[in-house]
Amino acid sequence: MTQLPAADLDGLWVRYPGVFHRPASARLATPAMIVCALGIFIFGLVDLDFSPARLIAGLHQLGWITLMMIPPDPGSSLPAYLVALGETLSIALLGTTIAAIFALPVSLLAAKNIVPSNIFRFPVRRFLDTIRGVDTLIWALVWINVVGLGPFAGVLAIAVADFGAFGKLFSEAIEAADKKQVEGIRASGGGALHEIRFGLMPQVLPVIAGQVLYFIESNTRSATIIGIVGAGGIGLQLAEQIRVLEWQKVSFLILMILVAVAAIDWISGKLRFAIIGRRAVA
Amino acid sequence: MTVAVPILPSQQLAVLNDAYRKAIARKRLRLTAATAVFFAALVIAAIGAEVNLRTFFTYFGNFISYFDRILTLEDGTRVWTNVGEWFWGWRKWLWMLGETILISYVGTLFGAVLAFALNFFAAQNTSPAPWLRFLVRRLLEFARTVPGIVFALIFVIAFGLGPMAGVLAIAIHSTGALGKLFSEIVENADMKPVEGVRSTGASWLSCMRFALLPQVAAGYASYALLRFEINVREASVMGFVGAGGIGQELVVAIRKFYYSDVSAILLTIIVTVFVIDIGTGWVRGRLFGKDAWA
Repeated sequence: MTQLPAADLDGLWVRYPGVFHRPASARLATPAMIVCALGIFIFGLVDLDFSPARLIAGLHQLGWITLMMIPPDPGSSLPAYLVALGETLSIALLGTTIAAIFALPVSLLAAKNIVPSNIFRFPVRRFLDTIRGVDTLIWALVWINVVGLGPFAGVLAIAVADFGAFGKLFSEAIEAADKKQVEGIRASGGGALHEIRFGLMPQVLPVIAGQVLYFIESNTRSATIIGIVGAGGIGLQLAEQIRVLEWQKVSFLILMILVAVAAIDWISGKLRFAIIGRRAVA
Repeated sequence: MTVAVPILPSQQLAVLNDAYRKAIARKRLRLTAATAVFFAALVIAAIGAEVNLRTFFTYFGNFISYFDRILTLEDGTRVWTNVGEWFWGWRKWLWMLGETILISYVGTLFGAVLAFALNFFAAQNTSPAPWLRFLVRRLLEFARTVPGIVFALIFVIAFGLGPMAGVLAIAIHSTGALGKLFSEIVENADMKPVEGVRSTGASWLSCMRFALLPQVAAGYASYALLRFEINVREASVMGFVGAGGIGQELVVAIRKFYYSDVSAILLTIIVTVFVIDIGTGWVRGRLFGKDAWA
């Protein structure tokens, strides 16, 4: 057996001072951050009225509620729930479509390769950012003030909220498009609109279609909750049944939502696969 | 110099043209059919959602003037001419805003810790048993699919009105979302260090702690920060169902038509969301370098 040479510790110390003598700031950074995070956490628990007694009482209550939920049972209102679910899906589909239709021209204005001027692009982008900063539920409340309670307010809320998101996503898709095809159209004598129609759109549309499908999917989830503020759909039923403590109906409604979301996920996955092929599914 | 372009004999050309036209016609037919189906779905949806264009056009003016109204003070002047009057309740609003941020912070931390505890069971390469993995995955899926505000509605009844319900709702939803993302990071991790640690006779727990955790910790922190950002938006509407935060003030202002308050609170929320977006982006850049997971 060969004897390994004894490590030249002193030499190592001299050669790699950084390894043996980390400055205090580097050594203390992680613990300090953890202490800080924990401190805020504990302050939060105290400030937000967390107490073990409340937690235990609440958990007890929650266990009781869960027991009451079993088995899920719609009672006699199954038809009403199915109608509400249909309303939710309608809200999602219609809201997303309207948003996409309005966002497409605006996204052209926000794309760098269409509108090179920063001065024009900047306000459009900030405008879209502001719309996106406001939650769908808030938009729903605003629209209820305008067109009254009901699913139509929900459609408009989703349309406005998604308009902001689509504007950004579409403009990114347009900026990522290949320039050569646009140049080809220009070389053969096409005007600016021809460039957009024949050079840009064929590249961008499949990407946009994929995004729209994805949003229809995620909006099914949003559409289930905007009913809580009165904008129609299954959320309205859910909020009502929770308020009157009909727990079996509540659990049935939650199950319906889960099944509907899973079904839409599956369908839109298939459709996206059909439209843009494998790369978009991931 | 002229170049002669050879043209195929007309018979051959006719065959090719024919095939081309057929292919195009098939494509067009498919497109038309898809469009027709889509429009039919839209019409059904429009009927289902009680779309009423007449109401829409009658009241669309209201939507525009709504923004006019929320930007007008009670004495008829524009809000920005008298900022003190516009933000008359800034003390209370800032307090509520702080509460909102605290709700999302505590909720995110709770959710991240729970997701951290569960994700090793959900990842394919580290789960001790398949049935456990199946169970944990279904649990996370449930927590993720049920919207946070539905949890909040139920928790408000179980735990009483107040921020506690909001925190727990956000915590559960974050557990579902983060658990999935965390377990995906673990599935992408290198398993060789784990083998190395196991070969020294270490237990499952030691394997996770010394072989896997150093690989995945940065990704976890990055996703948790991203989630915090999302949760701030979520917490701002938790007040709608009585689960604490600034949403309470907002819903009262909207429902009772305190117009200038609506714009003041909305502006506060939007600015906060912007600041937190930028702030967490900066922190992630500092912690994990510029190419941190987008």
